Amino acid sequence: MSLDKKIMLGNEAIARGAYEAGVKVSAAYPGTPSTEISENIVKYDEIYAEWSPNEKVAMEVAIGASISGVRAMASMKHVGVNVASDPLYTVSYSGVNGGLVLVAADDPGLYSSQNEQDSRCVARAAIIPVIEPSDSQEAKDFTKFAFELSEKYDTPVMVRTTTRLSHSQGPVTLEERQEREDKPYTRNAAKYVMMPGNAKGRHVYVEQRMKSMAEDGCSFPINRMEIQDTSVGFITSGIPYQYVKEACPDASVLKLGMVHPLPRKLIEEFASRVDKLYIFEELEPVIEEQVKSWGIKAVGKEIFTVQGEYSANLLRKAVLSEKETEYAGKDVPARPPILCPGCPHRSVFSVLNKLKIHAAGDIGCYTLGAVAPLNVIDTTVCMGASISTLHGMEKAKGKEYIKNWVAVIGDSTFMHTGVNSLMNMVYNQGTGTVMILDNSTTGMTGHQDHAATGKTLKGETVPAINLYHLCRAMGIEHVVEVNAFDLPELERVIKEETARDAVSVIITKSPCALLKGVSFPNVCRPVPETCKKCGACLRPGCPALTKNADGTVSIDETMCNGCGLCMQLCKFGAIEALPRVTGTGK
Amino acid sequence: MADRMITKNIMIVGVGGQGTLLTSRILGGITVKAGYDVKLSEVHGMAQRGGSVVTFVRYGEKVAEPIVEEGQADLLIAFERLEALRYAHFLKKDGVMVINDWRIDPITVVTGVREYPENILETLAQEHTVYAINAMEEAIRLGNSKTFNVIVLGMAARHMDFDRQAWLDVIADTVPPKTVEMNQKAFLVGFESKVS
Repeated sequence: MSLDKKIMLGNEAIARGAYEAGVKVSAAYPGTPSTEISENIVKYDEIYAEWSPNEKVAMEVAIGASISGVRAMASMKHVGVNVASDPLYTVSYSGVNGGLVLVAADDPGLYSSQNEQDSRCVARAAIIPVIEPSDSQEAKDFTKFAFELSEKYDTPVMVRTTTRLSHSQGPVTLEERQEREDKPYTRNAAKYVMMPGNAKGRHVYVEQRMKSMAEDGCSFPINRMEIQDTSVGFITSGIPYQYVKEACPDASVLKLGMVHPLPRKLIEEFASRVDKLYIFEELEPVIEEQVKSWGIKAVGKEIFTVQGEYSANLLRKAVLSEKETEYAGKDVPARPPILCPGCPHRSVFSVLNKLKIHAAGDIGCYTLGAVAPLNVIDTTVCMGASISTLHGMEKAKGKEYIKNWVAVIGDSTFMHTGVNSLMNMVYNQGTGTVMILDNSTTGMTGHQDHAATGKTLKGETVPAINLYHLCRAMGIEHVVEVNAFDLPELERVIKEETARDAVSVIITKSPCALLKGVSFPNVCRPVPETCKKCGACLRPGCPALTKNADGTVSIDETMCNGCGLCMQLCKFGAIEALPRVTGTGK
Repeated sequence: MADRMITKNIMIVGVGGQGTLLTSRILGGITVKAGYDVKLSEVHGMAQRGGSVVTFVRYGEKVAEPIVEEGQADLLIAFERLEALRYAHFLKKDGVMVINDWRIDPITVVTGVREYPENILETLAQEHTVYAINAMEEAIRLGNSKTFNVIVLGMAARHMDFDRQAWLDVIADTVPPKTVEMNQKAFLVGFESKVS
């Protein structure tokens, strides 16, 4: 294999595509399955890359860079596109100067998301084109093509990926970066100042642009017909294309690289050449509804689900009428995700659980506090919603009603959109208690920095925004910082603050147990002789602890992070902390 | 490369945090080096937090689908016993299982909702060709418990068509420079083990 071929994650290939396309600015907020795009872009010194506090900001940073004349990219998960949709819908009108690409990472099958929305629907509403690659090589090539398209048609372009593409690896042929001259910037209010009079004119352009693209798209190389056996034909795109090739390798295929706007003439031609036409697309019937509206007969969501991920087997069963295979799985205990050993959230939740306090939750690892045995989180909607939903409850039912409620939000999520909700609570005279679980990182997505950690995506040390002072600056009098593992103090503070008739913020502090540089000098070890078999240590559900047949406990020292939560919960001194013996790898 | 070959399907299953991603990267590296087309599919994000995780590796002349489906796996590498049991139905009838003889209780067992199944290895051996090793013990003996997954990979490598040196080379290319020697040593513990 030549040196210029490398095995790459789909997201890594998108980053490479941006690099080769001469991108100069990249902005993003982490979110599965999009995170690795920025984590790979940052390796290229030629690109300025940042974590923005949220996707709206990231989108606007990329828009500014584009207006100034350079190629720019914003990356986010599907629900992040909702946050960024305000600038997106309008930059569709104003268009670009330097090429502008938005990477939207959808999550069919909900591997790590709160919904299963289809970003293509957003793109249709925002009237922007959508490019969809099918493997790592295309992820790189199509990203480059998206920048060409953006500049040629004066439009932001969405590159849509899905979890399976973003997190699959495949070979990619590397090419050189094309350094590009910055486009000159000239003041053009009719294009860049979107007030009614100007926007009216731009809307006319937007519609014209989409019409041109639909026509020109018939000859784009990324939209291609693979004519083989013409008794069956598939219109497909993205990862589902691979399932078609796997299950029906001899069928004819119209592989769409641009899924919006649709190349109508090409689709009509393909439809006329095959006897039976299937439209195979994950999630919403975006292609299907348009194709059928043109009077073309096709089979789609009648037999293919709108839910979850597809597979070759799904296709075999639906189209080839293959019988259910006999490969049934065994009934084994489920293993859902859980908080890690040593996680500071478990400690906080153990106190909330003990005090029978409900929590309006948010997006992060701490969402796992919703399930047994912690059962603390009652609601989860979207980023930043914990504080505002709690406020809504109070306004509906009165302040007494929320005396046994708190809002629970992580540090990164607080910086994302929680801060606005807290402002609202102050402004509209709420009395809720907000707990910021400050673990000094964006945990769930694999440890990304943010404005309150004091480090940038590029690794530079910068002044950290201080959460305590930020809350105080809003005029909140009662802001308390507590060590997340200090159980007696946590209990005292939570009781005191929830009883208070005023907004209060409790910042629980302890770094994520998996964070680089966090070391664990001790391990916890049971002392069976003094164990009363009460099970108190087992209650918070630490995975390092196992109940023995005789009622005593075992602690897996390779898993234990020595946080000491179980030791604190034991009233009989039957768990002790000992210095870790080297070689167990922690 | 030989004549058109049928795509080989490998699965790596385990508990989030056990290092399935590193193992799949080594596997991906060696297949690409040998000139095959390859696709690997991984799980990132929430499921990595102690949940059941699965990684698919497919290689051959031309690979389309990035996932391995039920009844298709030639080789199943399991880092934990219960996970081996969970995914056993993905194995082909003549497929091989390599299992780390290690138990991690899922939360459903910790909270007493379910019981951890007894005699998993014996159950699996009735239907499949099973090789098991307590790689965690071996790794601790080597001085670093984290290398257990490379020990398991070493054992699995005996059922693949790449030679010893190719493996050592790809490990050197994949793992952080400081840990190359440790990982190569761990690999050989599995590769040269007499366990069956």
